[in-house]
Amino acid sequence: MPLLRAQRDPRFDQPFVRLGGVFKFWLGQWKHPRYKFAGTLHILIFAGFILLALRAFTVLIVGVSQNFVMPGLSGRTGEIYDLVTDYAATVVFLCMVVAAGRRLIFKPARYALPAKYGKGHTADAVFLLGLIALLMVADSLFAASRSAGHLQQGQPAEALAALSLPWMLQIAIGSMPLATLRELNVGAYLVHEIAFYFLLCYRPFGIQFHVETSLFSIYFSKLERGTLKPVRWGVSDEHLDQVKSFGVKTFEDFTWKHMLDFYSCADCGRCADNCPANTVGRPLAPRFLTTKARDYVFQHYPVSGKANNGKPLIGNVYSEDEIWSCTTCGACEEECPLLVEYIDKIVDLRRGMIDDGNVPQSLQKPLKALESRGNPYGKIEKKRGDWAKTPEFLQDNKVKVLDGKNGADTLYFVDSITSYDDRMQSIGRATARILTRLGKNFGILGAAERDSGHEVRRFGEEMLFTALRDHNTEAIKASGVQRIVTADPHAFNALKHDYKDVPPVEHISQVLAREARAGNLRFNAADNWLENRDRVYAYHDPCYLGRHNQVYDDPRDVLDAIPGLHRVEMKRSRDRSFCCGGGGLMLFYEPKEEQRMGVVRVRMAAEAGANVIVTACPFCMVNVEDAIKVAGMEGKMSVIDLAEVVDQHMVCEGGPAQTEKLEAATVGG
Amino acid sequence: MPRIFAYIVHRGGVVDDSAAELVAAAKKIDATVAPTAILTGSGPELETACSAVGSGFGEIWKVANAALAYPNAELVRQALVRVLPPGSIVLVNHDHFGIDLSPGLSIKLDSVFASDVLAIDGIEGNSLKLVRQEFGGQVNAHLRCDISSGAVINVRPGAFKPQANLPAAGAVVDKSSEVGTLVARRRYLETIVAEAGDVDITKHSVLVSIGRGIQEKDNVALAEELAEVLGAAVSCSRPVVDAKWMPKSRQVGSSGKTVKPKVYLACGISGAFQHLAGIKGSPFLIAINKNPKAPIFQVADVGIVDDLLEFLPELNNKARELRGVAAK
Amino acid sequence: MEILVCARRVPDASENEIELNIAGNDIEREEFVYSVNEADNYAVEEALQIRDRVGGNVTVVTVDGEEGEEILRRELAMGANQAALVSDEAFNGSDGEGVATILKAFVQKGHYHLILTGVQADDGAAQVGGMLAAMLDYPFASLVNSISVEEGKLKVSREIEGGNKEMNEIDLPCVLSIQTGINEPRYVGMRGIRQVASVPIPTSTAADLGVDHGAVGEAAAKVKRVDYFVPAASKGAEMLHGSREENADKVLELVAAKGGLK
Repeated sequence: MPLLRAQRDPRFDQPFVRLGGVFKFWLGQWKHPRYKFAGTLHILIFAGFILLALRAFTVLIVGVSQNFVMPGLSGRTGEIYDLVTDYAATVVFLCMVVAAGRRLIFKPARYALPAKYGKGHTADAVFLLGLIALLMVADSLFAASRSAGHLQQGQPAEALAALSLPWMLQIAIGSMPLATLRELNVGAYLVHEIAFYFLLCYRPFGIQFHVETSLFSIYFSKLERGTLKPVRWGVSDEHLDQVKSFGVKTFEDFTWKHMLDFYSCADCGRCADNCPANTVGRPLAPRFLTTKARDYVFQHYPVSGKANNGKPLIGNVYSEDEIWSCTTCGACEEECPLLVEYIDKIVDLRRGMIDDGNVPQSLQKPLKALESRGNPYGKIEKKRGDWAKTPEFLQDNKVKVLDGKNGADTLYFVDSITSYDDRMQSIGRATARILTRLGKNFGILGAAERDSGHEVRRFGEEMLFTALRDHNTEAIKASGVQRIVTADPHAFNALKHDYKDVPPVEHISQVLAREARAGNLRFNAADNWLENRDRVYAYHDPCYLGRHNQVYDDPRDVLDAIPGLHRVEMKRSRDRSFCCGGGGLMLFYEPKEEQRMGVVRVRMAAEAGANVIVTACPFCMVNVEDAIKVAGMEGKMSVIDLAEVVDQHMVCEGGPAQTEKLEAATVGG
Repeated sequence: MPRIFAYIVHRGGVVDDSAAELVAAAKKIDATVAPTAILTGSGPELETACSAVGSGFGEIWKVANAALAYPNAELVRQALVRVLPPGSIVLVNHDHFGIDLSPGLSIKLDSVFASDVLAIDGIEGNSLKLVRQEFGGQVNAHLRCDISSGAVINVRPGAFKPQANLPAAGAVVDKSSEVGTLVARRRYLETIVAEAGDVDITKHSVLVSIGRGIQEKDNVALAEELAEVLGAAVSCSRPVVDAKWMPKSRQVGSSGKTVKPKVYLACGISGAFQHLAGIKGSPFLIAINKNPKAPIFQVADVGIVDDLLEFLPELNNKARELRGVAAK
Repeated sequence: MEILVCARRVPDASENEIELNIAGNDIEREEFVYSVNEADNYAVEEALQIRDRVGGNVTVVTVDGEEGEEILRRELAMGANQAALVSDEAFNGSDGEGVATILKAFVQKGHYHLILTGVQADDGAAQVGGMLAAMLDYPFASLVNSISVEEGKLKVSREIEGGNKEMNEIDLPCVLSIQTGINEPRYVGMRGIRQVASVPIPTSTAADLGVDHGAVGEAAAKVKRVDYFVPAASKGAEMLHGSREENADKVLELVAAKGGLK
């Protein structure tokens, strides 16, 4: 078994939390209702299976010892159990019919398999559904024929639940001669056992293996959000130099849990359905990462025969573009009912490619710039704090640089794009103004700050990330701050999860929400400041603020605190938010796609009736602004950052809020 | 004063403006002297070239040899070393041939080499005073070269304006016999012509040209949109081709195509010399660049300091309005 | 095949701002980041690809002070087999011919079939490769954008005008100067560089190579830079200072006026 050759993966900690997860996701089928119809079907089937488990074993043993009764299920309890399971079998049977019909007639798109990946899985799926249906019929027939037989013989008969399948079958066969009934009984029994055991043996080879592995895949699932697995578990940063090969290059480089994931996937396609890369036609769909790996492992680790292994994955199983296409938005992991992990696998594959020097040319330049200048644009370090020094801004504001001479209790971590990009610098200035007006004692690191390294790490350049992180950590510690605030969700996630030993960090929306709840935030009415009263705002959840860190309500509460601000929700919001296209290094990568993620998102906003998109992430801002132009929607849609909206409406002592002329923010301007 | 020679490149017997530019450069070294033209080649093509060198030259040295029919720098160098008097000053056009020929030639002649020279400020004692550019044209440098044992000087095309009213060229002197046997350790095989591609930028009178400032492949569409509305074509500079955002057939420059449009919009192009070298005929040059210090603003007629990615969409909108074309 | 690549450490073109220093005699170098000259990097990648195709060894050499080790390590991390630093105070201030003289002495201490350099560096002179070839009396080809190996010789194409390619056959041993865009250089990550951080890089001095002090260094340089200057803006462009809208209108006006709109 390949799991024996896999890398280690410590998943045995926090047993109570893990058990809790099992209750919520396995027993409670927590993720399933996200797709209402299929989810309901599955919940019914799952409940049915659980209930029927004991009955199935009872039937088996009854074949050997006729009067066997499962311990604990004698008498009244047993009768109730039998009635309940009669209905369970009926429901499962009906679900099988519906599911098969769905597969054959309605063919939901997410089940489709592109031709290049082989034949579709529909035949396999319908076969399995048929088998389970057969199992239910056999079970029902067994009970029906036994009951009918006893009735005919005048013996006490088991009561069958009214309108259940066994009940209906009993009516159908009740008047048959005893001998036939006996044959039916034996026949049903045999069919039941054969089907049951066949399924047991067949399941590991297909999508139904999740029946067995789901408990384990959920128990051992990843507990923390937003983090990444280290290059190798058990190897600390200082010893990384001794690791011979970074990342995943061959199948055996995966950890055992990742391999388990490949076996567990039920091929339901929910991940790919929500994957923004897949939606825009990039070569990536998470589901196929798993199915291709599964095909590989079946081929190379056959039940009988020698394992042949060690072939490189990139180029044979996966394509390079497939792996670089991922924006790490996490939609796939959010959907998966089995809690299969994808981001760690993709990062590991990228680590492997980087180790081999296999990096797209478009990414080499920003990576090199990050190494020499600490930012992907190649701009000079000493100008990093210049955004806070424009003459207009300096008239009324002064931002402290924490360089040893100045101290503060809060650090505003600006990060690269807000520091250097002409447009994003206004987010920096807006945030600084907000912090000043809230009376926060804050400063910036200025030239001592380097890129947070968030995307550097997720693109697989672990050592460069470590260098950036160590530099920043030292600078942060030297500044003596007690807490960190940032307006950049990627920096937020990095400081929170990738960095160690730094003060607690918050996103500006969290700070604002808290101040709003405490009553410290006063706003002018929206209408006074806007030229156009028909502004409809839609908040776009940035992936690294929303999905990965579950900050959904704070930004909304802040917007709702502005009187008169009309806000709508897009269909895809909160944890179903659709990635704008990605941040950090993803801005430099040139994907093969049919359209841009940003364009898809802008159209979603228009569909929701909005004409202003509010984001809380500078990368979302870049992507959405670009997308508005590409989609030709200038004049009909605009985008603004949360900090800028607050800045525009915030009341401060001594007069109206100073705002910055934001050409992009005014509709029709 | 050492003798001044100008090596004249000819293609199929045709001599271009570079010959006159070399005369102008020679005059900057010594205004009193008419340089000697020196040409290599073979057969009737060489004869035609010799008679087409243009005015301003003194003698015309003809070096004919079958092996020199195609201008192979390795062989030309050997020939020149045998024919040129020691201590000569040799002027060569700084193009792909000059790059190939001159450094090695200077070693074999035991002379100093000055590459890609922009201006010559005369002689002081044994030193020739020159101006070169560095860092892609962002700074200039004053140099002095010791010409006591001669010099090979590569002259930047277009840097020296041809003079008018020069006396006609002198007589042709046949130096072929001094060549001797040439050893060909590099042999010319053939020339593969670049694919024509769908658009021939040399035939368009308006070009929307993009450079590194376009930043990503997707943004090329902005330029294409503008070109479509204006009835122009999109051309580009080298980095755009290196990044594979446009095919080689669209490249303007010394290693790309030479274009002669009426109007040239340089968008996000810094103005490196190799690119400008491909623009002939002094079109009206409008430059858009984020960097106010970009060298392109020195040669442009009109300049706008703005972010290309913001300006182009605006320009597209206005152009569509102007033409009455609906927005996409 | 024994391949030698001559590389140079230069200020990184895209990540530095070029300005004159206060004294006005040089550019301000204090904040510079340096890297291997772009064309040289393409040359190393080409050498690695040739080696991987036909077997052999790739050595990267640079003439520099100790700082030169930085780029040598980078090329080692990229996959070169050996690196060599040629350093001596006597070499300071050498012009192109001086550098070629030094490299010639280095080449003659070894046995190389193929010597590659980048076409040109930040000073745009494009000279060292050609000079080195002439000093060694090896055949030379510049602006090479493709190489294929045959028995005892190479088939190379040179980039000439119009994007055309001049196909040549060249005998070994030879010197080639490589044009950018010939290939896609592989990525060198921080990890790769750390792995070669302690690989010893042999240094050769003038004495080691038998280089005559009189032939190199500042005194021997026949080309000397006097100063840097920024050319007077002379005519230059007429800059438009209106709003973006106004500028766009003006551009269209001019295009039409100059005969651009049909």
